[in-house]
Amino acid sequence: MLGKLTLAAIPLDQPIPLAAGGVVGLIILGVLGWVVFAGHLPYLWKEWITSVDHKKVGMMYVLMALVMLLRGFTDAIMMRTQQALAFNAPGYLPPDHYNQIFSAHGTLMIFFVAMPFMIGLMNFVLPLQLGVRDVAFPTLNSVSFWLTATGALLVNVSLVVGEFQKTGWIPYPPLSELTYSPGVGVDYWLWSLEISGIGTLMTGINFVTTILKMRAPGMGYLRMPMFCWTALATNLLIVAAFPILTAVSAMLILDRYLDFHFFTDTMGGNSMLFMSLIWAWGHPEVYILILPAFGVFSEVVSTFSGKPLFGYRSMVMATMAICLLAFMVWLHHFFTMGAGADVNGVFGIMSMIIAVPTGVKVFNWLFTMYGGRVRMTAAMLWSIGFMLTFVVGGMTGVLLAVPPADFVLHNSVFLVAHFHNVIIGGVLFGAFAGYTYWFPKATGFRLHEGWGKASFWCWQIGFWLAFGPLYITGLDGMTRRLQHYDVPEWRPWLLIALVGALTILAGIGCQIIQLVVSIRNRHELRDLTGDPWDGRSLEWSMASPPPVFNYAVLPDVHGEEPYWSIKETARGQQHLADLPNYEAIEVPRNSPTGFVCAFFATLIGFAMIWHIWWLAIAGLVGAYATFVVFAWRDRTEYEIPAATVAAIDARNRQARSQALKELETAS
Amino acid sequence: MKGRTVRDTYRGRQAWRLLVAGGAAVALQGCSLRVLDPAGPVAAGERTILLNCLAIMLCIILPTMAATLFFAWWYRPGNYKAKRRPDWSFSGRVELVTWSVPLMTIIFLGGIAWIGSHDLDPAKPLPGNKTPLEVQVVSLDWKWLFIYPEQKVATVNQLVVPAGTPVHFSLTSNGVWNSFFVPQLGSQIYTMQGMTTQVNLQADREGSFLGLSSHLSGEGFADMTFETRAVSDQAFASWVKGAQAAPQNLDDDAYKALSKQSSKNPPALYRLADDGLFGKIVGHVLPPGPGPDKGEPTPDVHPKQGS
Repeated sequence: MLGKLTLAAIPLDQPIPLAAGGVVGLIILGVLGWVVFAGHLPYLWKEWITSVDHKKVGMMYVLMALVMLLRGFTDAIMMRTQQALAFNAPGYLPPDHYNQIFSAHGTLMIFFVAMPFMIGLMNFVLPLQLGVRDVAFPTLNSVSFWLTATGALLVNVSLVVGEFQKTGWIPYPPLSELTYSPGVGVDYWLWSLEISGIGTLMTGINFVTTILKMRAPGMGYLRMPMFCWTALATNLLIVAAFPILTAVSAMLILDRYLDFHFFTDTMGGNSMLFMSLIWAWGHPEVYILILPAFGVFSEVVSTFSGKPLFGYRSMVMATMAICLLAFMVWLHHFFTMGAGADVNGVFGIMSMIIAVPTGVKVFNWLFTMYGGRVRMTAAMLWSIGFMLTFVVGGMTGVLLAVPPADFVLHNSVFLVAHFHNVIIGGVLFGAFAGYTYWFPKATGFRLHEGWGKASFWCWQIGFWLAFGPLYITGLDGMTRRLQHYDVPEWRPWLLIALVGALTILAGIGCQIIQLVVSIRNRHELRDLTGDPWDGRSLEWSMASPPPVFNYAVLPDVHGEEPYWSIKETARGQQHLADLPNYEAIEVPRNSPTGFVCAFFATLIGFAMIWHIWWLAIAGLVGAYATFVVFAWRDRTEYEIPAATVAAIDARNRQARSQALKELETAS
Repeated sequence: MKGRTVRDTYRGRQAWRLLVAGGAAVALQGCSLRVLDPAGPVAAGERTILLNCLAIMLCIILPTMAATLFFAWWYRPGNYKAKRRPDWSFSGRVELVTWSVPLMTIIFLGGIAWIGSHDLDPAKPLPGNKTPLEVQVVSLDWKWLFIYPEQKVATVNQLVVPAGTPVHFSLTSNGVWNSFFVPQLGSQIYTMQGMTTQVNLQADREGSFLGLSSHLSGEGFADMTFETRAVSDQAFASWVKGAQAAPQNLDDDAYKALSKQSSKNPPALYRLADDGLFGKIVGHVLPPGPGPDKGEPTPDVHPKQGS
């Protein structure tokens, strides 16, 4: 009846996951209870869960990323503590548990923090910057989000029901094959990634379509803001790379469930195939993460320097070059497999070539600041911190791309330091810069600057304290994923690294305080004009938060920085553009399709992990039924009358003419 | 209350002292980081390439970082000396520089990478007149088996090589992947089931070096370390003689017993019954490692306590 699932699956003898799971469970129950009893459930259901508004979907993505960041970071602290303690000692985490911790840390941070954060920002910003009312497929967008949430949920369920995988964040066979990993840990990874991977792929299709087909009148490709370009490159990469992840996971599923032999190293299977396929997805994946961050920095540096982005066309070229090259370098992840000098040499050089467009980008941000008026806001601090940190990560990356250097640094903690250098210093700083930059647009009030800056300093200093030592111990031969060690020279560095992790913890603490303080002081921090940073792209032309239909009238774009030129014109003529003709706007109706789909997907995933076949079939039937119901819906949109649109837009115009008057009196 | 404060201060001081002492130790040890302290030609070549590339890139990275800080500071809103150019967003000459500087650097580094990857190809025999010593390496769950087919001896978790003689390693695994790595000798290489990889290494000086696995292989992974001893030719010959007289004999049955999961195995010596053992392991004549006792997915997925 319940497949492999018995009470024994709950680790009653392991206090740490049980306590952690218990606390998380209590919090969830508490929040749910509060929502239900305070009567917020209908609001939550109507305004958020069933919403297909790209802005709300985007905000839910970011919220999920922030929550998962806490979970992933808890793992990080546990790992650092373990390595600080486990010198000639077992530490407090047995190998079995420690291996789950670092595997969960990597999986969560990549798939359920970095990815949803970036996808969330793209969701929120893309249609606004492109000057359109929504993404191409609004309901699909909601389905994507909820499927991603399913993946995150399954990973977290493994905390208390069964176990998570112990093979590292990527399940390398043969270790991940049934022979060597008989437990359900690998299955949790496989199914959560199968399900959330489909969600991500659909996001990719959705955004590529949106960017290619749905731009405001006059917005040619070379008038799109830089963030849209990087989003285009990222989503093209998603469309090309994620099917590989889905396929390779499916192959491992076949190995584990139906006794296939794709990767077993026996009966004709070969594990090197997995290595190659997973990195054919895995290396583009890192550019999927970093490119939107590059987009954020381009927007932030330009806005806060009060200048257009330097070398826009160069930046576009560099972005697309990275998009293309991303697929030609995956072999550098296994130089030490013995492929031979020619193969290693070619892929080493290909990997280094990516440093060229990346270097160009750094120089172009530099020259964007040149001659500008650089306002050191929190968002700008994250960007400058990025420029200083990321170049070091890039440098160690090029170092690792030199095959002979990789032979002695591969899989060492030097490598760990390198990819944290680019992922924290690049992706995460980008995510935080974007979060700070677009927060007022999403909520209508700014984040508290002081706490934001404090958080930046903690993260920046903590990062170097945590990963500087790892660069050094890596050069001292320390390999990654060690549960304990007996080399005395590594010890002091690992203690410093723990201090670094605690400093980052303080940074996260500052961010939580920042959010609370900002919400409490939202009236003082209110963004009245919709343009708190003196922005240059279209999203700043509308009220904060934007109305559900975004643009009362679709903007007519005449240049690279449409909103900047609108502002210039208004400042020059000292009045706003003429009142447009308002028309009724059709807006997509809410749909519970995404939520219901994800509910059934969760059932399927959980049932497959535990071999509960009837439940898996029931889940499939339910998911299919949901699709049928959605496909046969008869009303897809509702209409907002012209008068309402005009009334909503009047408020925005009033705020702006007020701002214009203040500007006049000031000058 | 007061007592607690005093004790805390004392503890704080202790922590500081520890940190300072640690820092000093670390600074002294800085020049002896294993990867940067080679004991053989391969590791020495790799160190040279590593440091050269680092130096070349620092020539670009450091000025870029300095310029970032300078621009951010100089163009602050309050600086009236700064010349603002709010519409300046294109300059062909600057663009030429921004593209060509990274491009030239990468062309230079690419050359180093190409030549280095050929010079230091793990499969390439090392120069010299001495016949290389053949050592066959099998990674087991969770220990290393070293087979000396010519000397007809084998060891577990202990690698002994003559200093000054090139060593040709053939490597495989009995189950999951590992990576054979002696940082001070240089290049690591994967060990994979049913396949043979190879690496040529040499110790130039006598000494004891840390060896480890550099690819996660399961619960006993952290204990997959082994001492690598480089000894004089005479010492090696007498070590071989001693090993040949070892009480334990490594035949198929002994290998199968060894092949089962175990960790923290003390170093051990064996006589080699069959110098074709390595080939039998690679060719699956001998079965692959059985993995955990529960080879089947059972309802009892309960994580095992400890190891």
